[in-house]
Amino acid sequence: MSEKTTPGPQAPGSNDAAEPAEMQVPGGVTSEAVASDVVLDTAGGQMPPSAVPAATQRRSRDRDGGGSVLHEIFTGNVMVSVLSVLLAIVLGGILMAVTNPKVATAAGYFFAQPGDLLTEVIRPYTALVQGSIFNWAGTDLGAQLYPITETLTVSTPLICAGLGVALAFRAGLFNIGAQGQIIFGALFGAYAGFAWHLPLGLHLLVVILAGLVGGAVWGGVVGLLKARTGAHEVIVTIMLNYIANFLLLFLLTTPAFQRKGSTNPISPFLDSTALFPELLGPQFRLHAGFLAAILATVVVWWLLNRSTIGFEFRAVGANPNAARTAGINVARSTILVMAIAGALAGLAGVAQVSGTEKYLSGGVAATIGFDAITVALLGRSTPWGTFFAGLLFGAFRAGGVAMQAQTQTPIDIVLVIQSLIVLFIAAPPLVRAIFGLNPRKKKTTTSGTPGPRTGGVKSGAAV
Amino acid sequence: MKKSLRASFKRGSMAGVATLGASALLLTGCGAAPSSPGASGSATTSDYTACMVSDSGGFDDKSFNQSGYEGLQSAVKDLGIKEKHVQSKADTDYDPNLRSMVQQGCKLTVTVGFLLGDATKSIATANPNSHFAIIDYNDPTFPKNVKPIVYDTAQAAFLAGYLAAGTSKTGKVATFGGINIPTVTIFMDGFADGVKYYNQKKGKNVQLIGWDKDKQDGTFVGDFKQVDKGKVLTQGFLDQGADVVLPVAGPVGSGAGSAILDAKSKGKDAKLIWVDSDGYLTAPDYKSVILSSVQKTMSTAVETVIKDDKDGKFDATPYIGTLANGGVALAPVHDLDSAVQADVKSDLDQLKKDIISGAVKVESKSSPTK
Repeated sequence: MSEKTTPGPQAPGSNDAAEPAEMQVPGGVTSEAVASDVVLDTAGGQMPPSAVPAATQRRSRDRDGGGSVLHEIFTGNVMVSVLSVLLAIVLGGILMAVTNPKVATAAGYFFAQPGDLLTEVIRPYTALVQGSIFNWAGTDLGAQLYPITETLTVSTPLICAGLGVALAFRAGLFNIGAQGQIIFGALFGAYAGFAWHLPLGLHLLVVILAGLVGGAVWGGVVGLLKARTGAHEVIVTIMLNYIANFLLLFLLTTPAFQRKGSTNPISPFLDSTALFPELLGPQFRLHAGFLAAILATVVVWWLLNRSTIGFEFRAVGANPNAARTAGINVARSTILVMAIAGALAGLAGVAQVSGTEKYLSGGVAATIGFDAITVALLGRSTPWGTFFAGLLFGAFRAGGVAMQAQTQTPIDIVLVIQSLIVLFIAAPPLVRAIFGLNPRKKKTTTSGTPGPRTGGVKSGAAV
Repeated sequence: MKKSLRASFKRGSMAGVATLGASALLLTGCGAAPSSPGASGSATTSDYTACMVSDSGGFDDKSFNQSGYEGLQSAVKDLGIKEKHVQSKADTDYDPNLRSMVQQGCKLTVTVGFLLGDATKSIATANPNSHFAIIDYNDPTFPKNVKPIVYDTAQAAFLAGYLAAGTSKTGKVATFGGINIPTVTIFMDGFADGVKYYNQKKGKNVQLIGWDKDKQDGTFVGDFKQVDKGKVLTQGFLDQGADVVLPVAGPVGSGAGSAILDAKSKGKDAKLIWVDSDGYLTAPDYKSVILSSVQKTMSTAVETVIKDDKDGKFDATPYIGTLANGGVALAPVHDLDSAVQADVKSDLDQLKKDIISGAVKVESKSSPTK
């Protein structure tokens, strides 16, 4: 518990106990290996990290076992990443070949003009890049840079909501409720945006605040129920998602929320004073909400790694009983972490109504709340990991539009291919298993592993 | 490393898959290449590109997205034009999808449904040289390059209500909707009035369950996706004694269809009225129980708008589908012809004429205005 009073010993810039271990490892070690090392090193969070990180201990054993440079290359991080993308591209290509009649036709005369098949399979991937990063076919610089701004725009709510989910994960709570929290943030934010008429500057702040409060209330309820009654947060958040969704649909048919002169369930436009300023002019959708997302990432990083509250969150997440014994108020932590997680998702809602959509509709939250779970997991629940996973997802969403529009690949296939890529990126062990590059196979059978929990499990499995 | 590489080669299954793939390619890849790739259109090809963006229902919704898409396809076939279409997965996709269509050089982009109204308006305003048409939505503030395609569906639904009331043996008919929105409730309003008109004219008391026109409230699924909920609702209606059901919920209609088929297999006599397209043709699984359909002939309207635009005759005047111009219609009674009495049939013919001439007024809060 010395860490609580003196957070100093941690290396600057480290996200958690994992990073000092990583920094001392020479050569490429996979992040998932690091994650297992943390478990190993701290016995699943039950012990403080040992003086000598487990990764270095293991690495030296590897050396003794006669590992070569070639071995490092073939089993290393870069190789696995390359292979995973390659695998996804090949699988996606097969999928397109099966589903796209044009590809099937080109495959029909593969030996006459092999280039045709290749072109048909590669085109959607080129479109993905053209739609998400840089469009070299654009007529002017604006058109060429439009895709990357679109990626940033789409990733804004994903990052915010992903941070909320990640934060709750770190406190040991499986927050499925980002969807409902986004809806509540959007609901509160939008109402403040179109019903109140405030001066420029103040209005946007009020809208953001309203959105944060809306999300925090919806998330806080979960924490409260969990802390006071022990209700499982997964069930509570899923049900609250339904409640939020149908409440939104209902409210959009009431005079308070329905657009004047319209009988459709759609809200009035938010006042121009309530909107995030456009960062690059009206031809781009990129708005200041993206800056808010960056700020939120920094705040969450600080909260988790530098603040007492964040330490308590992590302690509760690692072992609530131990945390309670150590004098941490677990109930308070649970409520607080869910409220903050909700506020972050609420910010995502504000980014939607005040940034991209500018009005409230039944589908304002799209599937952002559920994508946020993947984003958080992909980012290994660290703030910056979530940030970059959000960017990746944003790029896929933005590129999917181009994939569909340029190559007429059905959107469902686009989503399947993108999900495959994410699947392989997120699961290096899977890729290793497929290519037979498992570096740890030998170790587990030859040498015993230190650490009470992991060692016990592994030796048990060996018997 | 040797070990791991060997391990990967040992994987017989992987090798098997690869061999299978290679041989499949060998077997199928021997065809001759087309002489000039790309120019395979049957009609005279034109550089004109018409495009379409669906709402979140998708092009396979057996409803207005699908009908609109069929219109686009027949325009491609008949006019020899090019087409592009993108499907929206969520409400947040509309704006980027529309932008991408403009970037793809679409001359006319057809959008489907009120959900795309705001996106269509803002993109049309930003791109005054591109033309747009929007199905099932009208906004008086649309710029001059947007043509709304709307339908006074209540007229055809009125006929359906009369037919349902005239065919019902139990004296109870029912309807339910997807979501309480104008393009849905306009069916239910017309249906309710048709039943009422039948009661007045024949001095009967056929009851309608599932919709109260005065209160503008009734039974709704909550979305256009939960087919099983449509089935449960329909079973509920049948248990209450209704024997004609009008589901106004796009693909959820098939839930109603399967509930009625179940009831029929148990010896109960019940019928279904389909919406948007002629269900006898588009949902053939249920053709044995489909009494008729309240049709919106969207494919024709879409093709007409595309043709006009191609010929340089685009204008922003709303297209309003009515019984008079054939934009809405009551589909023929196919297999259940014997179930409909002769006088009901002749009444319907007369009623149609009266609605067209204005002798019978069909009013709905949701009817499109010029």
